[in-house]
Amino acid sequence: MHLLEVKNLHVEVEGKKILNGLDLSVGKGSVHALMGPNGSGKSTLAHVLAGKENYQITQGEVLLDGEDLLALEPDERAARGLFLAFQYPLEIPGVATMTFLRTALNAQRKKRGERELSTPEFLKRVREVAGKLGIEQEMLRRGVNVGFSGGEKKRNEILQMALLEPRLCVLDETDSGLDIDALKVVADGVNGLRSEARSFVVITHYQRLLNYIIPDVVHVLSRGRIVKTGGKELALELEASGYAQYREEAA
Amino acid sequence: MNAEIRPIKTAAETALAANFARALGTLPGKGTVAALREDAFRRFEADGLPHRRLEDWKYTDLRALVREAKPLAAPPDATAKARAKDAAAALASLEARRIVFVDGAFVPELSDLADLEAGLTIRSTAEALAAGDVELTARLGKIVATDDLAVALNTAFMADGALIHVAAGTALMRPLHLVFVNAGAAAAAVFIRSLVVIEAGARAMLLESHEGSDGYQVNTVLELQVGDDAHVDHIKITGDGAGALHVSTLMASVGAHARFNEFLFTTGGAIVRNQLLVRFVGEGTIAGIRGASLVKGRQHIDTTLVADHAVAACTSRQVFKSVLDGEARNVFQGRIVVRPHAQKTDAKMATHALLLSESAEADNKPELEIFADDVQCGHGATSGALDEDLLFYLKARGIPAEEAEALLIQAFVGEAVEGIEHAGLRDALMEQVAAWLEARSH
Repeated sequence: MHLLEVKNLHVEVEGKKILNGLDLSVGKGSVHALMGPNGSGKSTLAHVLAGKENYQITQGEVLLDGEDLLALEPDERAARGLFLAFQYPLEIPGVATMTFLRTALNAQRKKRGERELSTPEFLKRVREVAGKLGIEQEMLRRGVNVGFSGGEKKRNEILQMALLEPRLCVLDETDSGLDIDALKVVADGVNGLRSEARSFVVITHYQRLLNYIIPDVVHVLSRGRIVKTGGKELALELEASGYAQYREEAA
Repeated sequence: MNAEIRPIKTAAETALAANFARALGTLPGKGTVAALREDAFRRFEADGLPHRRLEDWKYTDLRALVREAKPLAAPPDATAKARAKDAAAALASLEARRIVFVDGAFVPELSDLADLEAGLTIRSTAEALAAGDVELTARLGKIVATDDLAVALNTAFMADGALIHVAAGTALMRPLHLVFVNAGAAAAAVFIRSLVVIEAGARAMLLESHEGSDGYQVNTVLELQVGDDAHVDHIKITGDGAGALHVSTLMASVGAHARFNEFLFTTGGAIVRNQLLVRFVGEGTIAGIRGASLVKGRQHIDTTLVADHAVAACTSRQVFKSVLDGEARNVFQGRIVVRPHAQKTDAKMATHALLLSESAEADNKPELEIFADDVQCGHGATSGALDEDLLFYLKARGIPAEEAEALLIQAFVGEAVEGIEHAGLRDALMEQVAAWLEARSH
């Protein structure tokens, strides 16, 4: 069975059709890249998977390990192993990053019937992961993402991902706004988490990120549906030819 | 004399007049004090209970809200005192020197008056009034003079309170904690009058907490004099019973090069009016005037503040946050006055309301009255619901909706509580915030 199955998904926002019969199957341990022009529905898919409000699902279904994902609250989806790395991570003044991380981790563990981590256990875990990503302890004491640069915010997303150990990671334009050094740090973080048990959907407009996170499968999204699927070389083709042809094909 | 026609007295006003006539002979203090009371009651009677046509009371119409005047509280009996033993337990970790009042009366046997630091004196207002103490009567009502009706009513009926003096240069190691508990079998009216004088260069932290049974009517006045170079924190925690009326006035005069921090923390009471009249009388002082209220049901909380920059070069920061659930209502009236010679004043006022329900209401009335030309003054006000995007971010990380809301509310309130210097008190208040949130979710 596939870890994630999206079947004939139709989604509207305020009466406007965004996803238009999207099908996507992601197997265990594989990395799928989802590419497409602006407005093709990439971020909508990410938000719908994570459970953001104000999207009307008019048709179709989404299964995570065979379970109806759309019937679950966002926090329940997270506890079952879904993680969305935000395109624009939010700043939460007054909530220390440490508090945020511990609350999230223990909420998920509790929901899965696992023991909550003690403070020393938790601190040890965070230090290990933060160290690998070059995140200073001082940053963890600050409010979530408050005063962080674009690169730091994205690194913080990867930190959360590493700590929460999801089964399915959806990266929504994680490369946006990053310079090449920051991009490498983020990509290294992601690559370090690749495993047989973990799958990725990497959403990106540009091929650049895929030089560092090498996908198993590349999909092209246009007008709310997948119009082409291929190997990693498809990303290179797109880089050379652009999205224009897919816009026309979909039309 | 301008004989303005007054509407017919309300039942509460009639009862107050009867109570006053009956009590005048038994309230502490004869001669000067009795005359002061009579003057004050005449002042009160001229206008009666404050009502919406008085600009300062526009949002909190006591004439309409107060249906009856409770009888004056009797001295607390043994049962009431026993109930008061565990009062303010949540603040026990501060190891403050507790001075306990039950139903408005000082209770020495519940208070910690042993080994007073040199330079610290503590007495009961009732005692001082009865003795006609000149130190008290000479200052009463004069630290920051006001013709406010609630203060007039307090002066007429004042029964007891704390009279505290901290000598020049004295640094108190332990906070002072005035613990007010209403624990009588029947709801009553309590009139508390306190006078605290902190002399030059002294350091003191004064905590004041109010709690107790339903239905009480509390009118409390604190006159506070902060000397030059003194460093004073005053934190008032209003946690009265659900049906209580609580009207409080702080009249503070702050000397030169002082540090003064005021904080109001309010969760209790049906109707709460906190009046803060802060006057700067010496240059170069830095003051923080902050507050947080968390209210629900049909609670009505009014904070009315006047920061009077009467002299030059003082800095004041005012930050008030309110969290409103149910049909609760928060009123904030804040006025910064900068008098003609108060150049280089730096005053900023911010109020923020977080509305957790559709039917909660926040009223903000910030005012600047500036008569000097070289100043920096400003105010800002916001009100709104919890940020949906932030909530989604938290939920997407596995945090259930209720917990996500609690985190954001704690962060919101925390921004004001951070202004408190004492770390232990900050923690204690944030625990009360957590307890409020816990109660909200059940």
